[in-house]
Amino acid sequence: MTHHRNQHDVAIANVSRRKLLKGIAGTGAFVIAAQFPAVRQAMAYATGAGAMAHGVVTNPSVFVAIAKDGTVSIVAHRAEMGTGAARTSLPMIVADEMDADWTRVRIVQSPGDEETYGNQDTDGSRSVRHFIQPMRQIGASVRKMLEQAAAKQLGVDDKDVVAQFHEVVHTPSGRKLGYGEVAEIAAKLAVPAPDTLRMKKAADFRYIGKGGVTIVDLHDITTGKATYGQDITLPGMLFAVIARSPVVEGKVMTYDATATMKVPGVVKVVKIDPTPPPAAFSPLGGVAVIAKNTWAAMKGREALKITWDNGPNANFDSVSYKAQLEAVVRKPGRLERNEGDAEAALASAAKKVTAEYYSPHIAHATMEPPAATARRNDGKWEIWTSVQSPGGARDDIAKRLNVDAKNVTLHNALLGGGFGRKSKWDFAIEAVLLSKAMDGAPVKVVWTREDDIRHDFYHTVTAERLEAGLDKDNKVVAWRHRSAAPSFMANFKPDPKFPGEIELGMGFVDTPFNVPNIRLESGEAQSHVRVGWFRSVNNVAHAWAIQSFVAEIAHELGRDPKDMLLELIGPPRIVPAPEKATTAWWDYGEPHDVYPVDTGRLRKVAELAAEKAGWGRQLPKGRGLGIAAHRSFVTYMATVVEVAVDDKGNIAVPRVDTAIDCGFCVNPERVRSQIEGAAVMGLALAKYGEITLKNGAVEQSNFNDYQVVRHDEAPAVTNTHIVEHGLDVPSSGVGEPGVPPFAPALCNAIFAATGKRIRRLPIGNQLA
Amino acid sequence: MVSVRVNGQERSFDGDPSMPLMWYLRDELGLTGTKFGCGVALCGACTVHLDGEAIRACSIAMADVAGKSVVTIEGLDPKGEHPVQVAWRNVSVPQCGYCQAGQIMQAAALLAKTPAPTDKQIDEAMYGNICRCGCYQRIHVAVRNASKGA
Repeated sequence: MTHHRNQHDVAIANVSRRKLLKGIAGTGAFVIAAQFPAVRQAMAYATGAGAMAHGVVTNPSVFVAIAKDGTVSIVAHRAEMGTGAARTSLPMIVADEMDADWTRVRIVQSPGDEETYGNQDTDGSRSVRHFIQPMRQIGASVRKMLEQAAAKQLGVDDKDVVAQFHEVVHTPSGRKLGYGEVAEIAAKLAVPAPDTLRMKKAADFRYIGKGGVTIVDLHDITTGKATYGQDITLPGMLFAVIARSPVVEGKVMTYDATATMKVPGVVKVVKIDPTPPPAAFSPLGGVAVIAKNTWAAMKGREALKITWDNGPNANFDSVSYKAQLEAVVRKPGRLERNEGDAEAALASAAKKVTAEYYSPHIAHATMEPPAATARRNDGKWEIWTSVQSPGGARDDIAKRLNVDAKNVTLHNALLGGGFGRKSKWDFAIEAVLLSKAMDGAPVKVVWTREDDIRHDFYHTVTAERLEAGLDKDNKVVAWRHRSAAPSFMANFKPDPKFPGEIELGMGFVDTPFNVPNIRLESGEAQSHVRVGWFRSVNNVAHAWAIQSFVAEIAHELGRDPKDMLLELIGPPRIVPAPEKATTAWWDYGEPHDVYPVDTGRLRKVAELAAEKAGWGRQLPKGRGLGIAAHRSFVTYMATVVEVAVDDKGNIAVPRVDTAIDCGFCVNPERVRSQIEGAAVMGLALAKYGEITLKNGAVEQSNFNDYQVVRHDEAPAVTNTHIVEHGLDVPSSGVGEPGVPPFAPALCNAIFAATGKRIRRLPIGNQLA
Repeated sequence: MVSVRVNGQERSFDGDPSMPLMWYLRDELGLTGTKFGCGVALCGACTVHLDGEAIRACSIAMADVAGKSVVTIEGLDPKGEHPVQVAWRNVSVPQCGYCQAGQIMQAAALLAKTPAPTDKQIDEAMYGNICRCGCYQRIHVAVRNASKGA
């Protein structure tokens, strides 16, 4: 990076929450301990963070700077897409542990640079899970250095000073120095050894676990000043939209841009070639129109005449594909987990219950459609965009340009929603290609909503078949589950046609049920679209099928669905990694001893949600309660949905109760907002979410034919019930786990209300 | 040439009169608080006030705003202290925040006409503004808190 600091420059006026700065060096404040990077880490427990690309950085100089006036700058190194984790919760952890006054903290968004900041891939509900400990360590290091600096300045013993709320106090004399007054000396000290750090006790936290801190961008968001990728404006900037191949792997055969070039404002038309599979996040083939404003580019695109070669997916049809997948799960598949002898137990069962479930492709439809701006100056590239993995995007772009990553700067703006879509940076590559075509002039690529709906990396389509065998006492003794879904791994290697361990690990091979004979199989499924990951990924389909099936068994036996669920979860225990699993037990990349599958915790959230929802209460005709419990991303979640179905089959959700166990909870206020949002997203995918394809092309285009939940139909009240833990229970994330239990709880509630069982999503007009 | 007042300032535009107001605000004036969400009046992210009415800026051409007055989120209140903005902050409505300017402009227009709306009136007024993060519960509470019926 650039020069580290100017010790005499205490101006912090350039530290703006709105500006995208080049890391903390741009703050003009004292960067804490630039010279002595900490190498070891003070972790109370191990996490999967170390196995992520570039792991964890705990050097305070990378994350904290203090100006003479006491303003503390803290780096947000991950992407902020609305959970509040990146720009509020993680910096808040640093601030609390260094005992800073949050009102005197400014947030500096880092560029994409994992070598400097550690892993930035904001995905998998990992931010708090992986970074609570490093952020505490950074905060505690700074606190200790401020104390040492104050002792030095006052000429007193280290042990007689204590940092308290932005001041260091000499206890015997009561003398005080502000953080800003000791920052210059602190900046020259070595980072203390991790084992000498004194971490706060939970009872001493001011902000962590309290929920009293609002998100740092709240004022900017409510005044229109918050800046997203779509909002980037540079002097002399050009605007581009792209006509992309309607079919994946398709390419431009011929095009005529005569009419396009006559549109006032259109500057250039550029053909983009597709990358043969596996294409990772390469742009689709197409024709780009570059213009002086977005509107001219859009009009120019409309005037293009393109003949497409639709390639090998030209005949793909999602209706026949559904039938194909359903046929696959009716036959034996690839064995993924095998305990006991489910085949024999099913054959000798006193009673059998069988059901099949289907859930379609869905689109992410982030409120902000993808956008990116790129420019080259003196051989150095700059990109402004909104991506979940700014470091990964920057390194990939450098590789594609065949330049040193040091010559590529990626500024990451706020994300107007991510949900997994913005883990894929195809739009940033497009911007770079088009800027290159314009000799490095700044070009912003704007995706329209139609582009977004038609050219997404879609949530996978899944067919599932579940069979349960019951003995003469109506105990479930056999469980066979077959699942078939095209794999997102087809982006990265020749289509494996079977799910990978990550996909299987999401609510499938980790099925926590207390059944002696379990057999799990996956079926062959080829990918014909760009499959991506969507908030909570394969857990959505797996949880929907499994949790619906539990209620189906309960109904078959005339039992209460909650009791049936608890019986299947079984007594509190740690579920061992299945010995006969033929697939590695991924479990979100976390060590099993730190984040075990604990059925006691799963039971607890199910019981808590049921209790808070008033499970069993009398409801008027047309109303019903449904329950589902699911562990995902090492967080335990249970949801009870109350549904009201009128005589026309219209669904209303007057109330949702969700219980969550995410270990030690850092920001309960933002946990609640995630759970409330997950209920809306869960309702949207259950009610409406469906992408269909005909002749290889997506049939939906905008919010008219790809509907999402609106204000009037959203759950009226979502109550969040957080299981409280101390710091001894490792924290886990909450961005994703709220989604999976919603759809099955809803469908179970619909069954309770109407007697109609939903086995195909979306619900659409099935109740009409 | 189209003359239009934007946030109290007289502006003139000599470009394509069919350009939607939204792109004029965003690309020509740099007023990016008005968001692009769908382009066809289905999501409400670009909601602004045109002579006091909440409208979708993506679906009205510059030719049709001639001589009129446009207020965007940037011009709603000089200090960002409009009662709706304050209510939004008090219940921490936003998650990603992208749709919120449009939501706020819609709610402000509702309350200007209907200071004490019923729940149903809030539902109807806010129906056209999509929030994909799902902040509706808090949006509803914030609108009610900003109203005279709170």
